[in-house]
Amino acid sequence: MRDGNGEGRPDAELADRRLELERRLAERRAGPQTADGSGATRRGDFGQAFRLATEFIAGILVGAAIGWGVDRLFGSSPWGLIVFLLLGFAAGVLNVLRSAGLVGEPGAGRRRRD
Amino acid sequence: MAVIDPIHQFEIRPIVPIRIGDLDLSFTNSSLFMFLTVAVITGFLVMATSGRGLVPGRLQSVAEMGYEFVANMLRSSAGSEGMKFFPLVFSLFTFVLVANLFGLYPYWFTVTSHIIVTFALAMLVILTVVIYGFMRHGFGFLKLFVPAGVPMALIPLVTLIEVVSFLSRPISLSVRLFANMLAGHITLKVFAGFVTMLGAAGVLGAFGAVLPLAMTVALTALELLVGFLQAYVFAVLTCMYLNDAIHPGH
Repeated sequence: MRDGNGEGRPDAELADRRLELERRLAERRAGPQTADGSGATRRGDFGQAFRLATEFIAGILVGAAIGWGVDRLFGSSPWGLIVFLLLGFAAGVLNVLRSAGLVGEPGAGRRRRD
Repeated sequence: MAVIDPIHQFEIRPIVPIRIGDLDLSFTNSSLFMFLTVAVITGFLVMATSGRGLVPGRLQSVAEMGYEFVANMLRSSAGSEGMKFFPLVFSLFTFVLVANLFGLYPYWFTVTSHIIVTFALAMLVILTVVIYGFMRHGFGFLKLFVPAGVPMALIPLVTLIEVVSFLSRPISLSVRLFANMLAGHITLKVFAGFVTMLGAAGVLGAFGAVLPLAMTVALTALELLVGFLQAYVFAVLTCMYLNDAIHPGH
């Protein structure tokens, strides 16, 4: 009786202990992360902010460069610069929204950028 | 005590001056570190995979982890079709990663702190996207710039904005990596400079120098993280742009 049980019991006990351990691990994981998270998220936030800033500025710079080029080519100064700077501004905003995950990629069924 | 110049570390010095006509093709410290980066990556991977054990040893499992990491990243953002670009993404990731980490070693040159290097890498990515996109889809690739479900009247405007947005990708890709490395190394140097400055200012200064020293230690750890993170971000964005080339606007 004891032997037969001895074969089965450790398995059941092991499963119980594993469940218990998992529960406790989950508790622990949830605990420190919220407490410790401030430092990690602050760093993450900084990275995110920097990323958004570069996206925005890149849009404006490219718009300005295209406008300047158009003006040089067609002698339409300053209209090319004005128009493309505005377009660049819009593109910068679009870049920012996209990299923040608020606007999807053009076209449906695309994976969202995160 | 030498004058502390936080920019000095980014100076490019020719090691073997080579001039062809008006072109300065000198072998510089930057070239040296690029060679070193490639040599270390190649050497490591060759060494790690030479055993080819079914049960990987320590080195081999690091190499396999690197492979799995990049492969999963590529598969999840560009689909399994994107795997044909695995060599490109893996090379870019390891190059940027090892170059960033090399830069943390005192007196070593940081290749990725020069915008021309990061811009060249970003242009490589974007040109791959554009050329492959046109090869694969012909003019269908241009659908990338025409979002679905936009009123007819707005399409020219939206398309122009999308084009500018697309063109800004290599800039933001390169500026992000370059600015992170540049800013990190300058900050590190400035705080390390405070240590020597305070240390030279008598006993009280030497005690005060503990503060910037602690900051330098913390910043070094942060730079390690940033170096890895930037390599990761570069690789992830490469995968997403490649996804655009493979599936432009479905």
